[in-house]
Amino acid sequence: MNQKINLAPEVLAYMEKLNGSDGVEVVVNLPKEKVEQINEICNSFDNDPQELINVLHETQHLFGYLPAEVQDVIAHNLHLPVAHVYGVVTFYSYFTMLPKGEHPISVCTGTACYVRGAEKVLEEFKKELNIKVGETTPDGRFSINCLRCVGACGLAPVVLVGEKVYGRVSPDGVKAILAEYDK
Amino acid sequence: MSQYKMHLLVCAGTGCHSSQSDLVYEMLRDEVDRKRLEEEVQIIRTGCFGFCEKGPIVKVLPDNTFYTQVKPSDAREIIDEHVIKGRRVERLLYLDPETEEHVLDSKHMGFYKKQLRIALRNCGTIDPENIDEAIARNAYQALGKSITEMSPQETIDLIKSSGLRGRGGAGFPTGLKWEITSRNQANQKYVVCNADEGDPGAFMDRSILEGDPHSVLEAMAICGYCIGATKGLIYIRAEYPLAIRRLKVAIAQAREYGLLGEQIFGTSFSFDISLKYGAGAFVCGEETALIHSMEGKRGEPANKPPFPAQSGYLGKPTNVNNVETLANIPVIILKGAEWFSSIGTEKSKGTKVFALAGKINNVGLIEVPMGITLREIIYEIGGGIKNNKKFKAVQTGGPSGGCLTEKHLDTPIDYESLTAAGSMMGSGGMIVLDEDDCMVSVAKFYLDFIVEESCGRCAPCRIGNKRLYETLNKITQGKGKQEDIEKLRNLSQVIKDTSLCGLGQTSPNPVLSTLDNFMDEYMEHVHDKKCRSGQCRSLLYYVISKDDCIGCMACKRVCPTHAISGEKKEVHVINQEVCIKCGACMEKCQFDAISLLNDYPRVTSSPVNV
Repeated sequence: MNQKINLAPEVLAYMEKLNGSDGVEVVVNLPKEKVEQINEICNSFDNDPQELINVLHETQHLFGYLPAEVQDVIAHNLHLPVAHVYGVVTFYSYFTMLPKGEHPISVCTGTACYVRGAEKVLEEFKKELNIKVGETTPDGRFSINCLRCVGACGLAPVVLVGEKVYGRVSPDGVKAILAEYDK
Repeated sequence: MSQYKMHLLVCAGTGCHSSQSDLVYEMLRDEVDRKRLEEEVQIIRTGCFGFCEKGPIVKVLPDNTFYTQVKPSDAREIIDEHVIKGRRVERLLYLDPETEEHVLDSKHMGFYKKQLRIALRNCGTIDPENIDEAIARNAYQALGKSITEMSPQETIDLIKSSGLRGRGGAGFPTGLKWEITSRNQANQKYVVCNADEGDPGAFMDRSILEGDPHSVLEAMAICGYCIGATKGLIYIRAEYPLAIRRLKVAIAQAREYGLLGEQIFGTSFSFDISLKYGAGAFVCGEETALIHSMEGKRGEPANKPPFPAQSGYLGKPTNVNNVETLANIPVIILKGAEWFSSIGTEKSKGTKVFALAGKINNVGLIEVPMGITLREIIYEIGGGIKNNKKFKAVQTGGPSGGCLTEKHLDTPIDYESLTAAGSMMGSGGMIVLDEDDCMVSVAKFYLDFIVEESCGRCAPCRIGNKRLYETLNKITQGKGKQEDIEKLRNLSQVIKDTSLCGLGQTSPNPVLSTLDNFMDEYMEHVHDKKCRSGQCRSLLYYVISKDDCIGCMACKRVCPTHAISGEKKEVHVINQEVCIKCGACMEKCQFDAISLLNDYPRVTSSPVNV
């Protein structure tokens, strides 16, 4: 079900200025209940544009990622240009516009992990799953990402699968970790 | 309240938590319940003990027994033997690597002997989710003293004369910063705590927030009183869920006790704190970028002046302090400026927390007086280099810092000496490197980080660092020329001089510092096409041993670039000019005749003897 949303007057004026036309309307390809969920989050922060990053955090927590449609709704609620929201989403590495796998794998590539061989562990994950960093396996089960330092440097190199932390991972141990998540 | 005979402190910091310390806690509790000891033994989850290498840690009070690498299955033995029978569980005690004897308590461990814990005073001692324990250890006393007995200016003067300097990296005098902000008139001012610890390999701020959140809340309130602010904001990384949770608990408890909120201690002073989350951008540690991020914008830095003390969050005067800086404040107020300034060196007072990581035996979090030498940190506290390898360098200050080498081992560490040595204090990450680390690759690693984290606002940082990275990459691939080394140096200087914010102004430091200290390694990469530590893959050479090769042709058949020549039953040879170093031949060889060398085999026409 598609939802048409009416734009805030400032945004409308802004877009009219850009397009030189009036009556711009945005069609959001999102089910009604999702739009309502986003509205609720925005309302909980009083639709304050200053709270954009907190809103994005909660929304990503709910959906797992921040597709363009979701950004449209947030921009509308917070009375911000969509470009601003998009700018913020793409600026911060924590936000993603692509869905992650069912079991997101994060390999720490902080300095402590790097000097203890994180790169080789990362290579092994890439080889085993046959995907690159930032990609998701075709069956949607695993995705690989890098992150900088979870602060468990005593356990370097560190790998996170979902919220579970694996310490002192060696390239040989990669298969065993993946096997834990086999159905 | 009942009197406990014994306290078991279980570390619940991120490091130990990752190795199942929560399960250890559960098992200990179960065991205590089963033996009906709940009236006599208290089990507490604490913040980080610092000795992350040997986690999970369980400490027993009052005898200070220090158990390391405790597994959930050890819980029963600890309760049965130690708690009930009063006999220490020998096998779980820390084994001194030198004397090979078990160390009974933490006071006698090399790791703790030279430490002086001020900012970390409560980490590993109290339950961070229980405000009563913090109060029992004097939390909020300094706030009470400050707002009921001292004027804002008196408090500022005290901080000024203590000599405390910002622990976030640059080392600006904290008292002076407060004074400047206090003098700016506005209807609203803000106290901001910078907990955006983005420096990879540094985790002191997180440990303080996880282990002793009240010390930071208290200091923020004191700062608010001094500068005339009623609102505090903590900007914290979203990657620290445990610290966020503990902060939320601590703020709620402090409000409940009337230590935050309206009319604190019955005075007219009101102060409250809320949280703002970062979203993974290293540049947001820079104060103007941080303020932009708090306002819901991209975290790009702005030109200074105006400084945040004049126009910061929402255009109001804002005082930004780092977590560790704040954690020092309450102790200074209670114990006095004189006590604090008696610790440390002439210009750097007090202690500094370092995160010791890399190729060192005792990875962990340490707090030492300023002026300690690197040798003491690495060999006495850190327990020396892992696997008895040779020490090569310590990287301090993260991506903005540089390398300290053997010749710096006996330099007393403070802000000035580190800068003079071409590095910087930074937030306090110390990554120890050994002979197996390639310094060109280390510089490349940091530049890779900077290229990824540069916000793109100014050209020198956005484009210049990318060029630095590409040049370093060329050198590690064996394609470097002499002129590239000159280029690295010149470009680094330009980036330093012309970048907008602290990130760009310090980003070439890892390059300059490795050039200064390890020029021979750069030269080897460029001229000899050799990487002595064998880290640069492109500078490794596959060679066939003439003694072991039987001439089975298996490697020749598998080589994708036809780099291997040789007839059947004759020794084969790899042509290094054609070899792409895929390693297929080595995998195929059943006679272990192919090995990797980190020096260019000069003679390629005849078989090489390995």
